[in-house]
Amino acid sequence: MTGAAGHLDAVGALMRRALNELLRVPGAAIPGVLAPSLFMLGLTGVFGELTELQGFDTDSFLSFILPVSLVQGATFAGAATGVNLARDIEIGWFDRLLAAPVPRPALLAGIVLSASLRSLLPITGVLVLGLALGANWPGIDGLLVAVGLGFAFASVAASWTVGLALRFKTQAAAPLMQASMFVAVLFTTSYAPQEVLTGWLATVARYNPVTRVVEGVRQGFVGEVTWSETWPALAVLVVLLALMVAFALRGLRHAGD
Amino acid sequence: MRRASAGQNLPVVGALARRSIVQTFRRPQFLAPILLFPTLLLAINTGGAGRAVDLPAFPEVGGFLDFQLAASTLQATMLAAVSGGVALALDFELGFNDRLLAAPIPRWVMIVGRLAGTAIMGVVAAVWFLAIGLIFGAEIVGGPAGALVVIALSALAAAAFGGLGAALAVRSGQASVVQGTFPLAFVILFLSSAFFPQELMQEPAATAAAYNPLSFIVEGLREPVLYGVSGEAILHGLGGVAIVGIVGVTLTALAMRARLRAA
Repeated sequence: MTGAAGHLDAVGALMRRALNELLRVPGAAIPGVLAPSLFMLGLTGVFGELTELQGFDTDSFLSFILPVSLVQGATFAGAATGVNLARDIEIGWFDRLLAAPVPRPALLAGIVLSASLRSLLPITGVLVLGLALGANWPGIDGLLVAVGLGFAFASVAASWTVGLALRFKTQAAAPLMQASMFVAVLFTTSYAPQEVLTGWLATVARYNPVTRVVEGVRQGFVGEVTWSETWPALAVLVVLLALMVAFALRGLRHAGD
Repeated sequence: MRRASAGQNLPVVGALARRSIVQTFRRPQFLAPILLFPTLLLAINTGGAGRAVDLPAFPEVGGFLDFQLAASTLQATMLAAVSGGVALALDFELGFNDRLLAAPIPRWVMIVGRLAGTAIMGVVAAVWFLAIGLIFGAEIVGGPAGALVVIALSALAAAAFGGLGAALAVRSGQASVVQGTFPLAFVILFLSSAFFPQELMQEPAATAAAYNPLSFIVEGLREPVLYGVSGEAILHGLGGVAIVGIVGVTLTALAMRARLRAA
């Protein structure tokens, strides 16, 4: 089959393959759910009293940190995609994909969209656990905004790590993939509102675009959902996605050289 | 055949320790978790929760960075232990340890060689975080003697945690199983007073921290930085290390016995 329908088939096949991995090796998905959940519970137990500081707009640290863990879960799903691709490159499976009569943007779309789909697992896990433990209910609108932004951010993370995997072609690049996403999410207003942050982190968080995404996901958990908090997150995601997809496509163009 | 004395086995222990260190520095996937992640977390904790020192119940300290240095050092020693366990398990997977088992050396040399390498990584971690602290304005109140206490305790703690990693590696023989304990290191650390004073932690974490041996170790690491060298804090630190070490050695011995019996 050729044309757009054929390309869609290829995208669908790649997404099914990624989901099959999840069904066949369910244990592989556990760290992705466990890590952000532990992070959320651990930070709440340790830093819960921070909300007594002036500047917090909630007295529930769990509600404040849950959105960060949600975004983290999405990034872990994205980073795992890059690591899996590096493995596929190492064992030669990706070379066979490159030899297939499928346009490279379709290959990328399949890989990236499967990451977003997989991110729904940690996002749901963190949400269910956090809400069960007493985090503020964000309302339907807050929930939809949070899940939607997390879903899109997983695509950003996947595109970035796919680009790295294509550049380094080895699983040894995994720490770089994980650390870069770790930094992107946590060098924001992750622990405290902007006015409570100190030193260099206050400056970095102010200019880190991911801060807008974290604030966008967080809004329903600590207050009302507003367009003024939502559109900057959407704008940042569109720009980041365009940049990261371009980076990954550049790697794909040179793959197999 | 005459049995070799412990002293005669030291060169083998040294060679295995050197191999362990070289492996760690050659492979970014081993080194990065040990230094990179605790450093990033230190940066985030300090910038994100730095104003915690303004809370009324927070103890008198030079700064939040000073308070966090012990936590980062301890975290790095735990991750060094996980990395050491992963490397030991890989040695089982790849057959290297089978050759060692067939060699005319006692079994314990194989484990102690790896633990010596992990202990050296504990020294590296302590020096790394003390240097970072000094560069970014922390003060080591205990001076050079305090720094030496931190380095020595960090090495012992790394070896003790390494015993737990080794037990898992010997029992499972699979690197992925040992790697799976990576998040567990964070859980145990969060349930101690490493990152925040116990009296300011929320329940049930606060109660868990009161009985967690890591809280004792972190006290031993923190006291020389914040207040100076104290015999009581050192004893608490050594006590925590002893608890972890005894559990690790026992589990490793049991795992080795089970592995040899199965073989």
